[in-house]
Amino acid sequence: MDLSAINPVLLVASLMVAATPILLAGIGELVVEKSGVLNLGVEGMMITGAICGFAVTVETGSPALGFVAAAVGGALLSLLFAVLTQVALANQVASGLALTLFGLGLSALMGQGYVGIKPPSTPKLDIPVLSDLPVVGRILFGHDLVLYLGIALVAAVWATLKYTRAGLILRAVGENHDAAHALGYKVIRIRTLAILFGGACAGLGGAYISLVRVPQWTEGMTAGVGWIALALVVFASWKPWRVLLGAYLFGGVTVVQLNLQAAGVAIPVEYLAMSPYLVTILVLVILSADKSRAPASLGRSFHAAH
Amino acid sequence: MIVLDKRPQPSRAWSMATPVVAVLATMLFGGLLFAALGKNPVEAIRTIFWDPLFGEFAFYYRPQLLVKGAPLVLIAIGLSLGFRAGIWNIGAEGQYIIGALMGAGVGLALYPLEAWYVFPLMVIGGALGGWVWAMIPAVLKVRFGTNEILVSLMLVYVAEQLLASMSLGLMKNPEGFGFPGSRNLQQYESAYNAELIAGSGMHWGVVAALIAVIFAYVLLNRHMLGFHIRLTGEAPRAAKFAGVRPARLILFCLGASGALAGLAGLFEVSGPAGVVSIDFNVGYGFTAIIVAFLGRLHPVGILLAGGLMALTYIGGEIAQSNLGLPAAAIQVFQGMLLFFLLALDLLTNYRVRAAWSEVA
Amino acid sequence: MNTPLLSLQGLTKAYPGVVANDSVSFDIGEGEVHALLGENGAGKSTLVKMIYGLVKPDSGKMLLRGAAFAPSEPRAARADGIAMVFQHFSLFDALNVAENIALGMEKPPALRDLAARIREVSETYGLPLDPFRTVGDLSAGERQRVEIIRCLLQDPKLLIMDEPTSVLTPQEVEILFETLKKLRSEGTSILYISHKLEEIRALCDAATILRLGKNVGECVPSETSARDMAELMVGTVLQTPERAGRAFGEMALDISGLSVPSPSAFGTALKNVHLAVRKGEVLGIGGVAGNGQDELLGVLSGEILTAADAVKLMDRPIGRLGPTARRRLGLLTAPEERLGHAAAPNMSLTENALLTGSVREGLERNGFLRWSETQSFAERIIAEFDVRTPGPENAARSLSGGNLQKFVIGREVLQRPEVLVVNQPTWGVDASAAAAIRQALLDLAAKGTAVVCISQDLDELMEIADSFAALNEGRLSAPRETADLSVEEIGLMMGGAHGMEVAHV
Repeated sequence: MDLSAINPVLLVASLMVAATPILLAGIGELVVEKSGVLNLGVEGMMITGAICGFAVTVETGSPALGFVAAAVGGALLSLLFAVLTQVALANQVASGLALTLFGLGLSALMGQGYVGIKPPSTPKLDIPVLSDLPVVGRILFGHDLVLYLGIALVAAVWATLKYTRAGLILRAVGENHDAAHALGYKVIRIRTLAILFGGACAGLGGAYISLVRVPQWTEGMTAGVGWIALALVVFASWKPWRVLLGAYLFGGVTVVQLNLQAAGVAIPVEYLAMSPYLVTILVLVILSADKSRAPASLGRSFHAAH
Repeated sequence: MIVLDKRPQPSRAWSMATPVVAVLATMLFGGLLFAALGKNPVEAIRTIFWDPLFGEFAFYYRPQLLVKGAPLVLIAIGLSLGFRAGIWNIGAEGQYIIGALMGAGVGLALYPLEAWYVFPLMVIGGALGGWVWAMIPAVLKVRFGTNEILVSLMLVYVAEQLLASMSLGLMKNPEGFGFPGSRNLQQYESAYNAELIAGSGMHWGVVAALIAVIFAYVLLNRHMLGFHIRLTGEAPRAAKFAGVRPARLILFCLGASGALAGLAGLFEVSGPAGVVSIDFNVGYGFTAIIVAFLGRLHPVGILLAGGLMALTYIGGEIAQSNLGLPAAAIQVFQGMLLFFLLALDLLTNYRVRAAWSEVA
Repeated sequence: MNTPLLSLQGLTKAYPGVVANDSVSFDIGEGEVHALLGENGAGKSTLVKMIYGLVKPDSGKMLLRGAAFAPSEPRAARADGIAMVFQHFSLFDALNVAENIALGMEKPPALRDLAARIREVSETYGLPLDPFRTVGDLSAGERQRVEIIRCLLQDPKLLIMDEPTSVLTPQEVEILFETLKKLRSEGTSILYISHKLEEIRALCDAATILRLGKNVGECVPSETSARDMAELMVGTVLQTPERAGRAFGEMALDISGLSVPSPSAFGTALKNVHLAVRKGEVLGIGGVAGNGQDELLGVLSGEILTAADAVKLMDRPIGRLGPTARRRLGLLTAPEERLGHAAAPNMSLTENALLTGSVREGLERNGFLRWSETQSFAERIIAEFDVRTPGPENAARSLSGGNLQKFVIGREVLQRPEVLVVNQPTWGVDASAAAAIRQALLDLAAKGTAVVCISQDLDELMEIADSFAALNEGRLSAPRETADLSVEEIGLMMGGAHGMEVAHV
């Protein structure tokens, strides 16, 4: 084995890339959960976004259009979840699972013609001088726009929740939907919007996997990233900046194990490949003692009685 | 505007009717999907739902129905116990894999010993494997309050890696010329889960599934533990008031569903599959979730739903070879079924009426 | 006479199977405190929801200062100067006071300015409140202040108050009345919903009485006797429970030096609680809800375990025993929350009878259920406690509050308990059912059962309890004989006015 083959600069740069899908999906789900809805369909929305983004990029040659399509695809799928849980008052856990199972099938169906194709590459930011700086340039200024969008979204969500009236209303709905309804807020409309936002974010995250991180299309390629994103929200105690921290932590684990695989460490590949999932469980165990931060109405159906 | 009025109590009629209506709606929309894929929708639906039962080659497909249905029913029965109590084991696929690995491991370790007790030992190994894998989320939930949905699911991916490692390493057939995969258990008489009646599809897994259905029925309707399971799902606080210990219930429900999933894995690997290979699992653990809901978490319903879902698997394969219908289309079809079911469930608890003067 | 502030004319609202309001008309004058009087289920809530824009009337109209008024949503009602303080507070526990208030306003100022205005209003009206405290940590009285201040910040013309005093100590009621009188003197009208007659006589200028959705009479409360109003409200002559002379037996239940944390985030820990009840005695435990009542019930039912010696049943330490074991020994309980705690809403009455009856009624054998015995137990409860339902196969949620409560209490009473603990046995229950429940408790005590009745309703406790203690912030006062207690003493036992020490900050 040869650990010196691991380049720390590349490691950090690829860590940020590996973290972005989880980050995008996680920040979207955070908003959904803040509104009091538990959408377990993140995996399904991500994989749908992955194929939508991939197909549109291949067909149009424009990664930008691809990402837009991914967001739309994820949001459309999440609309199904919104109809089930907000209109038909279906159980949120079951509906989320249904969304994941359906999304996996749908994406496989849509992706039949796209196996083995290489998509047009997503352009990287190239800022003169800054991107050429040693170490820092590569790490901070050498990525594609979507990666920065992810970080910007975290900041935007944080500021919105903390400082704006819209954020306050969203938190209020998630905290006590009956009270919010009594004050005249449209609980179902607000939650539906949150679900759509979450769907769009998950879609973007999925497309980031198929267009940037891998980049190609294979069935079931999200491989549990959506579920890790769900765990991430718990890990983050529903705080935006901690989603960023957590995403980089998971990204780090993923990248390090991939590098160790490449460097031929004496641990079998399969055991290295398990590590992100095991780390997720470990983190959940450590953090699940404190649930006080969870929105009080999380996962409960709302029906306006008379 | 549509208004929902909560019924004073759940409607029994709708509770029975929704699965049927959901299946019909899925046929309709599935037909549209198949039409969009350029297939004749009527032919596709007939191929999926009619041919396996009454078509020309039905004699071949009917036994397959038992082979595919048994693991689905076995797993779904286990899952339904937990789902009823609000305990969400989503990782049956992982428990299925580990059960298969443990059970097959026992058999492979004893090879080439021919003795009557080889298979029973494998069965115990399979159940134990699934049980152990399910006890991880159970113990973590009881001890630390960790979310069992996420942990059980993460463990599916871990189990898949373990399966890969085993079929490429420890359990690889030493006489397999370096090809991945274990010895074929079908060629090891004491370990082979053969058909009990030749050509019927009836193997020990089918027997186990039927026993599980009866057991679950008695448990839920006639036993205090079953009452406590239902009570916990309906009103957790009332359950605690009634004296239910949530921790014990979590351990029981997750443990039972894990053991049943493990058994399903063992019966599959020692019978129809024969070999521990990297892609031996085909997602029964996830499909069983649909089966459990389609059967309304009721043992008899699950039996019927398992048969129906097996039908779509077999019919899907026929449609794949005869009509060129993509395999994924069947997956979409199954997902759609779950959607309709969940949406229509509304009618069980609410009355829908049009109203114009109401502010919702 | 001047145009009334709000005139209701023939308001009707029907729900499937029930007419909630049947052509209700009355006027609320400017600067008038108008009482809306009626039993639970008389249609008071539906009526105010129509005024507040939460429900639209099927027919009839409303005039606000002579102009047509038909709010389509609460926002519109608020814009027209209608404000409402809810019975079950529409507050958000995890948010702070200022955020909660901002949510109830159309165009709230920046949080810092809002905080300053909250302080200002709270001082003007004598309702001290720190704008940056988390609402979940406040007492019930303080939470009500949040709602009131939220309303006052909008300069309402009409303030609707739904059962405002049910969560207050007598001293806090005094403070509230001062605030309301000050508002009236400034010209604000108040619609005051209550079934407490003495309060209405002390405060209100006019009263409208609803029964079964109809306006059955109007009166000037100060000139009408409480008895007359009560009979208008109930429609029949009320019976007060009979209390036979009693001699108490030996010690039945004994709690000493008990301290436990609350299992829920915004609950109240019990601190050094002592309690003793003898056979045949009724101990009333008063206090405003949220002061440890749920926790005390949990400690007695076995849902919260304690040190073995802390709770003794007939000298036997039971602190470590769970609910089933305690039932076997004869300690039965009935929690406050009927749906979801005392009973499972979607399950049948037969199944709900099994919920607590399995041990003492022999409804299981080796873990297997005896459904026919269970059903006859349920039928016995229904028959003996006059539970109005077509039969035991009906779901608990299909019963009205009063009927379900009779079922829940009946289920425990019929099991011949040694000790029975009930929490808010008549909360939200109509007067006749409440009287029946109280009588059942007294009958049980007469047969030698020790009864602990936790209630916010002081009149109820004075009526049935032999001795009285009050819960206040998780502490239980020393018990006193009810016979020689005055309202002021009770108020002080309940801790006086909560949170007043931060007054005039």
